[in-house]
Amino acid sequence: MSRCAAHTWATEGAPELIELAAQGFLPSFLQQMISGAAAGAVFASLALALVLIYRAMDIANFAQGEMAMFGTFIAYALITGDFGLIGTKLGFLQVHLPFWAAFALAVIVSFALGVLIERVLIRPFEGAPLLTLVIVTLGLFSIVNGTAGLNWGYVFKTFYSPFPSDAFEVGGIFIGKQDVGIIVVTLVVLAIVFVFFRYTRLGLAMRAAALYPEASRLLGVRTSWMLALGWGLAAAVGAVSGMMVAPIVFLDPNMMQSVLLFAFAAAVLGGIESPLGAVVGGIAIGILLALVGTYVPGGQNLRVPFGLLVMVGVLLVRPAGLFGHIEARRV
Amino acid sequence: MSAALLGLDAVSATYGPIQALRGVSIEVPEGSVVALLGANGAGKTTTLRAISGMVKTTGRISFDGHDISRSRPEDVARLGIAHVPSGRGIMAQLTVWENLQMGAYTRRDRSAVKQDAARVIGYFPWIEERRSQVAVTLSGGEQQMLAIGRALMMRPRMILLDEPSLGLAPLIVRKIFDLIATINREEKLTILLVEQNANMALRVSQSAYVLEVGRVVLEGAAQDLARNESVRRSYLGD
Repeated sequence: MSRCAAHTWATEGAPELIELAAQGFLPSFLQQMISGAAAGAVFASLALALVLIYRAMDIANFAQGEMAMFGTFIAYALITGDFGLIGTKLGFLQVHLPFWAAFALAVIVSFALGVLIERVLIRPFEGAPLLTLVIVTLGLFSIVNGTAGLNWGYVFKTFYSPFPSDAFEVGGIFIGKQDVGIIVVTLVVLAIVFVFFRYTRLGLAMRAAALYPEASRLLGVRTSWMLALGWGLAAAVGAVSGMMVAPIVFLDPNMMQSVLLFAFAAAVLGGIESPLGAVVGGIAIGILLALVGTYVPGGQNLRVPFGLLVMVGVLLVRPAGLFGHIEARRV
Repeated sequence: MSAALLGLDAVSATYGPIQALRGVSIEVPEGSVVALLGANGAGKTTTLRAISGMVKTTGRISFDGHDISRSRPEDVARLGIAHVPSGRGIMAQLTVWENLQMGAYTRRDRSAVKQDAARVIGYFPWIEERRSQVAVTLSGGEQQMLAIGRALMMRPRMILLDEPSLGLAPLIVRKIFDLIATINREEKLTILLVEQNANMALRVSQSAYVLEVGRVVLEGAAQDLARNESVRRSYLGD
């Protein structure tokens, strides 16, 4: 099984789709858009996780993808009972949860791990230069990757999809149920995050603490805990992206690395401080990559350079991205 | 000794190599308005930041019987000290209403919070119609009023006000000071007021301290200081 699967996914789709694509440009184009949007939904949730951390700390969390991968491994363990090395040592973890139960638990565990990581690894560097923090996240990247590798090994594992593999037919266009499922799950998660930040007291306090830490502390907000909650939330949202992409790219400790690159591109495109921008940017990148992969000769191999090109291009032409505003932060 | 709600005893603070406060002692009696006067860089703002735990200090700061010398800003706030910083500390990208809500963040008594919101709107009726507006769109005077309203939402025992007149037109400044007198009277709120506008500050306060390079050089009843020759020369522009 080759890692290529990961890179061609957004354009490959079910076999029926490819067959049908030959029949005309428009149906094929629309199908590419939809499977691109599904890939984009995965980028969007990881990009949102990146934005949550960036808004709170002004750093890119290079470990975000690995944290999502780890959350996915937790779901995998809960579904299959394969707890890796720890499982064989302990020998009593005979659980076989249904997908959605494992999904929910993995999200909760990821949240807890996110909080723990902030408390143990990030907190001691409070007030350190940003570069130090970025290097800490790079270290975290290796730690999480190595831990998963040590426990489960680097062999690709099958992560079963919760969605059927066939397609809906709508007016001659075939829409993969998996694509629809990924898009729906992602939108539900994003809606929950949005409602949390917009309409709850704690969500408001987290926004305030991220943007105005000093003023928030003067109002009694424990900003340091808000930061830990932010890490937890980002880890939980990221885990969803991992669990959505794993059935397609196969599960292994390195599975999120290309996704992370595209998520960075999405976050930059949307405006690195804008949660809405991360979502729109993610979907846009997903669709763009699908179209590049299909219509540009040799486009399959151009996906990664294209992602980088988008990132560099946005930074050159409009550093604030689609939804960002530069002046809003510093006083 | 009278029952001071807030007391600073020989408080010193340094910013790196600069000694910003050199043994400042201040008493703020419950229910009073006390003014802290002095030129730029005299240490007025640092005094307020020291009370709120935002700068490291030596000496003793006590509030309502608690030693808060080592307390963190969020804990000082939770004890009932609302600090309206210089530049107002408005959360520019949040809405007017969200700013007010943040004032009540630590409170669990929902119905009382609602009453307080109604009272704040009583002081500032414009808040009602502009509640969903982003705070950055408010004028300086409105931002100052919102900051004071937000402080009232904490239902504090005491308010620290840092330069409320900063950058405001004279007419608005008068309005803000009337408001300070009103909330002191109506809400029985103790207020420690930092000002460069000594004239205005002395009119609403009962006592005052004058700071120079980190030291208290003069203290007394507000009306006495207003008549004091050197204060008039240095701070009242006579």
